[in-house]
Amino acid sequence: MKEISCKLLVIGAGPGGYVCAIRAGQLGVDTVIVEAGKPGGTCLNVGCIPSKALIHAAEEFEKVSHMAGGKSPLGISVTAPTLDLARTVAWKDGIVSRLNSGVAGLLKKAGVKTVHGWASFRDGKTVAVETETGVQVIRAETIVIASGSAPVELPFLPFGGRAISSTEALALSDVPKKLAVVGGGYIGLELGMAFAKMGAEVTVIEALPRVLAQYDAELTRPVVKRLTALGVEVMLGAKAKGLSTKGDALLVETSDGKSAKVAAEKILVTVGRKPVTEGWGLEQIDLDMAGKFIRIDDQCRTSMRGIFAIGDVTGEPMLAHRAMAQGEMVAEIVAGHKRSWDKRSIPAVCFTDPELVTAGLSPEEAKALGGEIKIGMFPFAANGRAMTKLGEDGFVRVLARADNHLVLGIQAVGQGVSELAAAFGLALEMGARLEDIAGTIHAHPTQGEGFQEAALKALGHALHI
Amino acid sequence: MGEHIIKLPDVGEGVAEAELVEWHVKVGDIVREDTVLAAVMTDKATVEIPSPVDGEILWLGAEIGDTVAIGSPIVRLKVAGEGNAKPQGAEAEAVSAEPPAKLPTPKPEAAAPVVKTSPKSDEPKAKPAASQKSTAQPSVPGAPRPAGERPLASPAVRLRAKEAGIDLRQVAGSGPAGRIGHEDIEAFLARGPQVAKASGLARNDAVQDIKVVGLRRKIAEKMSLSKSRVPHITYVEEIDVTALEELRAALNKEKRPGVERPKLTLLPFLMRAMVKAIADQPNLNSLFDDEAGIVHQHGGIHIGIAAQTPSGLVVPVVKHAEARDIWDCGAEVIRLAEAAKSGTATRDELSGSTITITSLGAMGGVATTPVINHPEVAIVGVNKMMVRPVWDGTQFMPRKMMNLSSSFDHRVIDGWDAAVFIQRIKTLLETPALIFVD
Repeated sequence: MKEISCKLLVIGAGPGGYVCAIRAGQLGVDTVIVEAGKPGGTCLNVGCIPSKALIHAAEEFEKVSHMAGGKSPLGISVTAPTLDLARTVAWKDGIVSRLNSGVAGLLKKAGVKTVHGWASFRDGKTVAVETETGVQVIRAETIVIASGSAPVELPFLPFGGRAISSTEALALSDVPKKLAVVGGGYIGLELGMAFAKMGAEVTVIEALPRVLAQYDAELTRPVVKRLTALGVEVMLGAKAKGLSTKGDALLVETSDGKSAKVAAEKILVTVGRKPVTEGWGLEQIDLDMAGKFIRIDDQCRTSMRGIFAIGDVTGEPMLAHRAMAQGEMVAEIVAGHKRSWDKRSIPAVCFTDPELVTAGLSPEEAKALGGEIKIGMFPFAANGRAMTKLGEDGFVRVLARADNHLVLGIQAVGQGVSELAAAFGLALEMGARLEDIAGTIHAHPTQGEGFQEAALKALGHALHI
Repeated sequence: MGEHIIKLPDVGEGVAEAELVEWHVKVGDIVREDTVLAAVMTDKATVEIPSPVDGEILWLGAEIGDTVAIGSPIVRLKVAGEGNAKPQGAEAEAVSAEPPAKLPTPKPEAAAPVVKTSPKSDEPKAKPAASQKSTAQPSVPGAPRPAGERPLASPAVRLRAKEAGIDLRQVAGSGPAGRIGHEDIEAFLARGPQVAKASGLARNDAVQDIKVVGLRRKIAEKMSLSKSRVPHITYVEEIDVTALEELRAALNKEKRPGVERPKLTLLPFLMRAMVKAIADQPNLNSLFDDEAGIVHQHGGIHIGIAAQTPSGLVVPVVKHAEARDIWDCGAEVIRLAEAAKSGTATRDELSGSTITITSLGAMGGVATTPVINHPEVAIVGVNKMMVRPVWDGTQFMPRKMMNLSSSFDHRVIDGWDAAVFIQRIKTLLETPALIFVD
């Protein structure tokens, strides 16, 4: 097959890779992108998007089930609903496939050539792609590695059969009667709660003393409360040990050292994600690493000239929007602009029930700075809009420096608070002070008012509490 | 509490306005009676304005470099008791009654209530009650942020800085909490990059703007006037001062009991020689009013002595050199030079010369092109004295030689007359006894 030469080659069409390619194309850079699967990467195909579809379906189903119980304070009663998970999954697949073609279309519109196949490095300027029609060699001046990440597998609980990763969990045709979730991080809880709402009996096994350990306990309390309400059993300080001999249960070592069996039709293993650093010829180019990840500088340059890396393969936080921002930046650097990574915050959202949003520093990190900190917290129990949507649990919390009121971090937990991520991110990126947020009119009645009130609270004059 | 207004006093006869050259106080300062508030400069002299009362400075009425009319209010003081300020309305009238052109940077708030005129006094009430205690604003514009603290700027500002190649850590933020805005970037760009000191040679593109005010401005004006109006002719001649130096040394050595005599420099001899030469050519001791077309030929010989002071060139004047003997000339030169250097020379001592001597002493160089002290018509420049070999007809002799570089207003002094004048001085200095014979 005839060699292709281009200015920029992007390996991997996940959110980092495809954004990089689109932006480069917009800037007139001759760009090729290689992807073995469907465009969109983990996020679009087996991550953010499909999980949110499933979570939404579960939420709706749970709402209706609750109404069917005759206890809805809204006065709505219905007959008991049923769920055809296969149809739900088909609906979800429809969304994914619409987005797949959307991304493909955007790449085409930007003038980016897409090559389908598995890429591997031959040397620092040459990549061989195994396509359906043979090996395609691509030479590029600049190469961007956006190979992404994959679920971590437990050696004693390999994927296959009952043990599934999030990918398989998003494609089940039936709701498992009993579901064990190994790992109480955000992926495990998002999916575990969704399956619980769809009727599964869910047990979460978490090795640490609490779930969602990356967040502070105050923030996760409403989630823990909701887990209990949904009947999810949470085993803290417990370790999964493998399948029982019969193969129908998960062996667990509990926090007090005893062995326990957790009966499970499916065992969802969500113990983290690892960068994809194998199978694409990393050994051929011998890049410097930072732990498991590829080491990059503030321009996403690797240790080899002309090779950039973006997204999950470059480290935490493994979030689509971080990868997108990196991809955009790299494209602009390749096009000759002066850019470097100078983002102030990478907001993170956890789609549990209720949702969590964090942006900037956590209380612990803020205190670690050494200066005096002001904290303002406003509970949704005092927010009109939250009351009208049965979402009184949760709060907005703002952290600021005591000396100049510069906002350092913002967190929220509550129904639908993921949408507040926009406001939080903007406030931090613009370098807002408490007075800036307090002085901005927040539309009434919305949950966003909680943000303004939290800032007012930190200033010492909250109006509605 | 009352208000006391200090107006610019009459600092010299016939002076209508003066330039403010220095503020010794700022708004908010507490001053006592006789504290010096400001310095103003007239044609030649710098005059200090003392405070007549105790009080607190509320307002300063001019900026450095402003020309202020005599009688304009320049300072407002808050004083115990009544003060001298009229009621608001009356004062406003009084202020506006001044010729507008002469008002120093007209400030409308000058007539506003006293407390409001100081921006500082506004601060407390502008702050919301709750933040009052802790909203310290640590970032004064221009102050560096504490070490290790990241510069605060919006993404658009950061992008702009990146593209302009600016390291935001070096940019001071003028916004709240030290936030850097687009205007700070502009200011930084306007000021130019502050290149970190690297080893070896480095380019320096810095441009420093120095306002030409006070004495420097006077000198600038005077020099342009002279050089643009007066066609100079410069004449350089060599003088053998061996005999003069011997005489000078002898006179300085001679001590008479009970008589205090100054140490003589060369200047008194030159002055006396000039007096003699002017007796033959009185037209050289003149002031030329070129607009009127009149040469004022003076009988009194008032010799200006150009002197370098820390703030610049001044010309104290030895009055009536024709009536002073060599010792008197010497003493007067010493006294005036000290007065000029310490800044205590009076306006009278700094004006009225009819001819000028300029001397840089050991720095005098071989030759100079002195600029005539307008409206005079002649200036005599003294160059460096040095021992040079001189051919006496049979051999080279080491002689103490010195050049005189002198400029003349060629409109009224012909080259011939200039040469005759200098040759006469040369003869007098080379045979110094002639200076003392009538």
